[in-house]
Amino acid sequence: MLKFANFAHGDLMTLGMFLALAVVVDAGLHGGAIGPLSFGWGMIPAALVAMAGVALVVLGLDWLVFRRLRARGGGFITMAVASLGIGIGLRAIVQLIWGPTAFRYQSGINEATTIFWDLKVKPDQFFIFGLTLLLVVVVYLLLYRTKLGKAMRATADNPDLAEVAGIETEQIRRWTWVIAGCLIAVAGIMLGIQAQLRFSAGFHLILPMFAAVILGGIGNPWGALVGGMVVGISQEVSTEWINTGLKPAVPFLILILMLLLRPRGLFGSTI
Amino acid sequence: MTLLEARGISAGYGAAEIIHDVSLRVGDAEIVTIIGPNGAGKSTLLKTIFGLLRSSRGRITFRGSDVTRASAPKMVAAGAALVPQTDNVFPSLNVRENLQLGGYRRRRGTAVRLAEILRLFPDLGHRPAERAANLSGGQRQMLAIGRALMLDPVLLCLDEPTASLSPRMRSQIFERIRAINEQGVAILMVEQNAKEALRLSDRGYVLVAGRNALEQPGEQLLANPDVGRLFLGQETASA
Repeated sequence: MLKFANFAHGDLMTLGMFLALAVVVDAGLHGGAIGPLSFGWGMIPAALVAMAGVALVVLGLDWLVFRRLRARGGGFITMAVASLGIGIGLRAIVQLIWGPTAFRYQSGINEATTIFWDLKVKPDQFFIFGLTLLLVVVVYLLLYRTKLGKAMRATADNPDLAEVAGIETEQIRRWTWVIAGCLIAVAGIMLGIQAQLRFSAGFHLILPMFAAVILGGIGNPWGALVGGMVVGISQEVSTEWINTGLKPAVPFLILILMLLLRPRGLFGSTI
Repeated sequence: MTLLEARGISAGYGAAEIIHDVSLRVGDAEIVTIIGPNGAGKSTLLKTIFGLLRSSRGRITFRGSDVTRASAPKMVAAGAALVPQTDNVFPSLNVRENLQLGGYRRRRGTAVRLAEILRLFPDLGHRPAERAANLSGGQRQMLAIGRALMLDPVLLCLDEPTASLSPRMRSQIFERIRAINEQGVAILMVEQNAKEALRLSDRGYVLVAGRNALEQPGEQLLANPDVGRLFLGQETASA
């Protein structure tokens, strides 16, 4: 909807992940254990803090950078390059505050269960998949069933016509940033639960994320879910046949193939 | 009583000024048509009135308030509506959603108004779930006009509503415009099909090279030999 590829997305995820760390570990709010999950109830206030923090940061960045570039007619490249710079800055800030060390929300082992054959899934991974599914449904309902969502889709379709229909498009863009900020923060936390927390964790996910979005179809929430699953599983399964060190090349390959064969994605771009 | 008045408006794109010192007036429930050759600045004038372009000089008043610097959403809130010439529907949204968005600023009564609009345009009523991208040119135009009517505007601005339409569809659109006007809505229309539009109009303006060239009642403009020669193809007919 904002009409550019946000290269700061991964680093904003890192910020969300570390804001949650600040609550759970730095402030010591672990909370009691939630069943077999590796984290405790403290993750709920931590997620709220991270969502609010990232939403505020992206709103501030829009006000400070993107809104001004839009007003000057800044196109896709200008905005994308600006976001690249913002990403580098955010990464440096996270590294300055938390340092280069790797962290975990909670130490200990999250036992995996064998589902069938040799497929083992940890309770955390079940949780992450369930939450992702829930968030996709929420985003779908927001976009297709609410007045705000329809205004977001209209603004994405044709911002001038949206203005003519009486929609304050700048306000809609701000809402889009807030919603995106909250989702980015949750994604960052899910990444932190699944892997270690490093200042560069989100940055390394940028390419697989773009591959997933292009695979699913830009602006299509269901497409993003399927794209993410295909890219993620392909990366992991590929190690059966290729050297583990070559694993990061898999999203590149998917990206190139999709752009060549079906640039609108598997399900087509909807907004 | 004057509903909309533009006085001495100059505007354009960046450094290129397209309209110079143009004035125009629309009264309550009037139909006013702007005609002129391609590039005369007709659409630029509509966009400027509607806040999509900033005027470098002049003043625009609507319902007695200064709206020279008002944005498009502010014009909509004040009771005006615009149907642009192209890209006038949201292609990825269906008919019902397009109309609902037309009523975005409505606090209540959206469903009732939507039903009224679908009755006014029965062609749309048969396909509320159809994506706008799949509609024909005429259906899209009706959807765009329906969308603009969702907020019960007092002024409807139409930018070439019959461009690229078949003669049958053109007559239908003009018929609907007349019906909308009979409900008390003032119409400001830019139109290339000048004969049909002027026949419908109380008054007409002729713009040439971004300047006011003529203002007369619709019937007089139709009978004006200069206008006929320039815009109505009468020179070719008499030759």
